[in-house]
Amino acid sequence: MNFQLNEEQEMTRQMVRDFAEKELRPGAEERDDQEKFSRDIFNKMGELGLTGIPFPEEYGGGGCDFISYVIAVEEISRVDASSGTTLSAHTSLAGWPLYKYGSEEQKKKYLEPICLGEKLGAFALTEATAGTDAAAQRTTAVADGDHYVLNGNKIFITNGGEAEICLVFAVTDKEKKAKGISAFIVDGNTPGMSAGKKERKMGLRSSPTVELVFENCRVPKENLLGKEGEGFKIAMSTLDGGRNGIAAQAVGIAQGAMEEAVNYAKSREQFGQPIANFQAVSFMLADMGTKIEAARLLTYQAAYLESNGLPYGKASAMAKLFAAEAAMEITTNAVQIFGGYGYTRDYPVERYMRDAKITQIYEGTSEVQRLVISRHLLG
Amino acid sequence: MKLILSDRHLKKKQEFTSFADQELDNGAEFPRRNLRKAAERGLMGLPIPVEHGGRGEDFLTYILLLEEVSRVCASTGVIIAVHTSVGTFPLLYYGSKTQKEKYLPGLAGGTLLGAFALTETGAGSDASALSTKAETREEGYILNGSKMFITSGGEADLYTLFATVDRSAGRRGITAFLVENNFQGLSAGPPELKMGLKRSSTTELRLDNMPVPSANLLGKEGEGFNIAMSLLDGGRIGIAAQGLGLARASIEYTRLVLKKRDTGKPGTARDAACLLAELETRLEAARLLTYRAAVMKGNGLRCSAEASMAKIFATDLAVGAAVKCMDICGIAHCSAEGKLARYFCDAKATQIYEGTNQIQRIVVAREMLK
Repeated sequence: MNFQLNEEQEMTRQMVRDFAEKELRPGAEERDDQEKFSRDIFNKMGELGLTGIPFPEEYGGGGCDFISYVIAVEEISRVDASSGTTLSAHTSLAGWPLYKYGSEEQKKKYLEPICLGEKLGAFALTEATAGTDAAAQRTTAVADGDHYVLNGNKIFITNGGEAEICLVFAVTDKEKKAKGISAFIVDGNTPGMSAGKKERKMGLRSSPTVELVFENCRVPKENLLGKEGEGFKIAMSTLDGGRNGIAAQAVGIAQGAMEEAVNYAKSREQFGQPIANFQAVSFMLADMGTKIEAARLLTYQAAYLESNGLPYGKASAMAKLFAAEAAMEITTNAVQIFGGYGYTRDYPVERYMRDAKITQIYEGTSEVQRLVISRHLLG
Repeated sequence: MKLILSDRHLKKKQEFTSFADQELDNGAEFPRRNLRKAAERGLMGLPIPVEHGGRGEDFLTYILLLEEVSRVCASTGVIIAVHTSVGTFPLLYYGSKTQKEKYLPGLAGGTLLGAFALTETGAGSDASALSTKAETREEGYILNGSKMFITSGGEADLYTLFATVDRSAGRRGITAFLVENNFQGLSAGPPELKMGLKRSSTTELRLDNMPVPSANLLGKEGEGFNIAMSLLDGGRIGIAAQGLGLARASIEYTRLVLKKRDTGKPGTARDAACLLAELETRLEAARLLTYRAAVMKGNGLRCSAEASMAKIFATDLAVGAAVKCMDICGIAHCSAEGKLARYFCDAKATQIYEGTNQIQRIVVAREMLK
């Protein structure tokens, strides 16, 4: 075993950390306040080569492994979790299925601009009545000549309304249930697809989460991803890897909150000494540090397995479950260490706490992760 | 990064798994037979260099052994851990050539059992407060005092024992000695009646005008505290491995119970399975933390915080998993003689010895607040 980052991974960490400190930290609070998505930030990530890290260079990707990718998500989320989710959804949920299931033509046409950061990606699976039970899709796709005609509504779509490339799941054969779902690549400007309600959220407020409405939206047949009926399989395998991106996001959020708490505990004086001197505080910090290390190792392990062609479904579910739960606890305790100040919006820890919550929910709730893991354990 | 065991380590681990499953027993008495079986395979000196009679394996391999042994018999696990981490390593690191030649082959070969005597009634977490006295004589030292909670007390052949040559000098007076069990004036008290680790002997050691020849001074006078502290990281990783083995034992037991259980109500079984999933996730995290600390230690890197994190996480899990597994398995699996009760009682010690988990948190926090 070897627990040290290699040179490429170390360089990725350094580069992304510099980027996050320089480009993300100054405006993070304001963007959160104003619930403002910054396309400029995404474009800069593209210029730096962060938008296609784990994909081959022939498609414009970075040609790096998944550890480098999760490190990038972690470092960005350490400063600005909203930007972390933009990158994670773009890479794991839009880029990856195109890379894994796309035809050569589809990869050239869609994966390449995603990798280069010229186009932003999104993943549209969830519906009002199809959340955890994703197979209960109601959006339909009916073949009509050279096209499929899509009708229905998708909700909670990260990057929705901003993305130029959307992967959309719809029912092509209702009889076949999960095996009757298909995946489509939909250009952002396709007539009949429009952005509906933009959600007002407690966290990740500068990442847009919107409804996507499909009204007789005609998608060319060559934009079917994989085969008809493979949609559910594509969605589930995409989420297996996507979970690891969320795990990385949770690790980054927790790390950011912990660093704030450590600095505060060292400088805040009560009873004539820094509060870090009190074990009630320092033990909380020690538990934060221990859990973050555990979460990080689980996350990197899942990324390692994926990079080496080994099964990673159980590992990424474990990483996401543990990291998300740890992030919620750690950010809550960070607010606790700040006391009353932590509850105000003058300090960033309340933002970290708000941002952490979603990691327990999206790309499969913690409860779903436990179910996934238990199936691996008990068959 | 390579975050899975190499083929070589995997092969060793399999060797230890079958050794533990097939050769170790779960009797009630001091596990002499288990220790002899371990000695026959060179496992009492696994990480000791070949030239000193050991098997010359790396630190991670040793940790894998402790995990596998503790999974089956945690008492045997702690005896081997103490024998190796704090009974043999100090001699390897600080012993003179003569001392090594005299004792190392026996310890590594398992004909001698090693132990460690630091703790006293008034010196637990604050080890520097020890009061056992070592007075200089022409031919060596005379030791007086008493040691508490000594693992393998009365059973061990050689103790790394700490006493002070000058109490006013505080920790700089503390000195380490190699004490043979047959030294005149040394006697072991009756074994403590413990809630767990019942097969391991834990006793008081009384030192009554016990002469120790100069040849048995380990290191120099006043170096004892540093010697003791330098062993802690390795020792703690060993206890983390013990916690890991115990947690695995509880989880594996429960997994088999669930596999057999058919409640007729799928929902119930699924809820129980999800509780198990949570434990399995933490087990994987504990494993990674422990192996990472072991690899760092093996590479000679500083790993105090990593070792403490591993110990906190793995041993807290060992206790938590045993309790949660009783919840999952139900009352039929909770008898005092049952395995889960044994795992629970054994696990509790791992949160306490080699530095309580509160001490570990102090170590981690100190590192974070630097």
